[in-house]
Amino acid sequence: MLDDKDRIFTNLYGFGDRGLKGARARGAWDNTKGLIEKGKDWIINEMKASGLRGRGGAGFPTGLKWSFMPKPDPARPSYLVVNADESEPGTCKDREIMRNDPHLLIEGCLIASFAMGAHTCYVYIRGEYISERDHLQRAVDEAYEARLVGKDNVHGWPFDIIVHHGAGAYICGEETALLESLEGKKGMPRLKPPFPANMGLYGSPTTVNNVESIAVAPTILRRSAAWFASFGAKNNSGTKLFCVSGHVNKPCNVEEAMSIPFRELIDIHCGGIRGGWDNLLAVIPGGSSVPCVPAHEIIDAPMDFDTLRDLKSGLGTAAVIVMDKSTDIVRAITRISYFYKHESCGQCTPCREGTGWMWRVLTRMSEGRAQKREIDMLFDVTKEIEGHTICALGDAAAWPVQGLIRHFRGEIEKRIDQYTANPHSDPVRITGVAAE
Amino acid sequence: MTVRRLAEVQPESFAFTPENQAWCEREMKKYPPGRQASAVVPLLWKAQKQNNYWLPKPAIEKVAEMLGMPFIRVLEVATFYTMFNLSPVGKFYIQFCGTTPCVLAGADAIKTVLLRRVGEQNHVTADGLFSWLEVECLGACCNAPMVQINDDYYEDLTAENFEKLLDDLAAGHPVKTGSQIGRVTSEPVGGLTSLTTLYGVDGRSGPQSIGASGVPQSKDKD
Repeated sequence: MLDDKDRIFTNLYGFGDRGLKGARARGAWDNTKGLIEKGKDWIINEMKASGLRGRGGAGFPTGLKWSFMPKPDPARPSYLVVNADESEPGTCKDREIMRNDPHLLIEGCLIASFAMGAHTCYVYIRGEYISERDHLQRAVDEAYEARLVGKDNVHGWPFDIIVHHGAGAYICGEETALLESLEGKKGMPRLKPPFPANMGLYGSPTTVNNVESIAVAPTILRRSAAWFASFGAKNNSGTKLFCVSGHVNKPCNVEEAMSIPFRELIDIHCGGIRGGWDNLLAVIPGGSSVPCVPAHEIIDAPMDFDTLRDLKSGLGTAAVIVMDKSTDIVRAITRISYFYKHESCGQCTPCREGTGWMWRVLTRMSEGRAQKREIDMLFDVTKEIEGHTICALGDAAAWPVQGLIRHFRGEIEKRIDQYTANPHSDPVRITGVAAE
Repeated sequence: MTVRRLAEVQPESFAFTPENQAWCEREMKKYPPGRQASAVVPLLWKAQKQNNYWLPKPAIEKVAEMLGMPFIRVLEVATFYTMFNLSPVGKFYIQFCGTTPCVLAGADAIKTVLLRRVGEQNHVTADGLFSWLEVECLGACCNAPMVQINDDYYEDLTAENFEKLLDDLAAGHPVKTGSQIGRVTSEPVGGLTSLTTLYGVDGRSGPQSIGASGVPQSKDKD
């Protein structure tokens, strides 16, 4: 278990003072100028050496991402955009950072902006987080007042930070959709390339980072890359906020070392599985987009990017959704399918039509009103959606369905058998094509 | 994707209050010159808040005029983002989270209460007090099940405490936002398992805890 002295988010639960004074007492804004004086190359190299992988789901190395920014050009100012559009079902970690430890984020924004030559940072926070937005804005105002940020701040790097908000679109968590939204348009993802590092916000070089990736940066630099890299398995280093929800006795957010075994995470912090370990059915380990993992595979698995990838799932945002044996797994995944149908932006046909189609077929399957051959057809369709859309929402919609079929095919078949074994007064309308 | 259209009955006109107008102008200055369109979502949101939580067509036109955007560009934003209500809602507009993590934690019971007390979705009760809508994940999964009522989250709901919450709102009694079972934020129930050297197991007795009174800040109304 991680020691408190090695925790970065020391006010995760809001028991301490959220203001600047409290944040400083816990170590934020300590010697920030000294870090900046070491230069941008030092910062980027430290970030690379720390092994920090982006905390927004994809796990791309943060230091490497920062190094992609081109040399500053006065005609095209660089931007840092912080993705605080936390909407992945199961994920609620950035919310706690923004309302309880906002100064870590603001300090991270300054340092990251300096490292990539940006003088302006936009924080795009989801529209529903209204009180979180107020908390963050208040912290930004405090930082301006103390001249920690601003045009003429004590750190000698002119820097503005602006809190912007969305209005309830999951797709705006995709980096190019976020930029579109920030420009005042519908949040529809852009084709890449050009990548945001070349053509991002307002056509200028832009880096989009998750809140947690940015907020851990100052502490990594203060305490050294080696310290951060000492946690977790190779290539999966650091500490991570886990959001555990679902059928555990005490759902909570908690910061732990990467590669902590699933059993340890649940036993130490979440009071165990509801009904004991034998009652565990499956776990969605990284937010709704990743396939579920059945109990026997996950129980002793280390929670990190590589292990979960090998289990054909992913760490994603480390939003751990636990399901015990009382769960109607088909219905649970059907509801996730509905989520993607609802949140598809409608730009690409495979996603716009496919998400609705998958949801309709799964709805029938969860009642048993289907034929067994449709299970294979559904799997084929998920493969047609995956990889054929501009952004990853198509993939994200396909993966949970694939996970369901891969691990719980028997459950779907059982339901079909139960349904067909019972007489029904209403006709079962199933045609060759499963579209309705 | 959902079909979203403007309401059939629309008010004649819309104007920002002087206070909100000044707020909008400040907001527009946050973006580089010529990029005021960036402020479209915040301005529409302000307009919606001023107009009892729904967005009429004249407000969309007003925002388009202020930002120098064609009407259709603002209309497509207003219909794309689901937080913009295009028809009137109840005084207490309940957004009920019905995504899987909340369902696992018992959101069905909350939905049953809503169906019984408020009726179907998108329907305003006769007294004008309540309307509800099932929305997608609101990002408070460790405190599931939960709803958002107007600006505030209400978490850790059960059928009983949710009924009481609705009773209190209807009667105009003060209510507590956030967790309804006494959690401060998303810490584990019954004592901290981490950060205990800073805050103690109860969160209120450690060297970094706020004051001896131990009043959690989340009770602040802001």
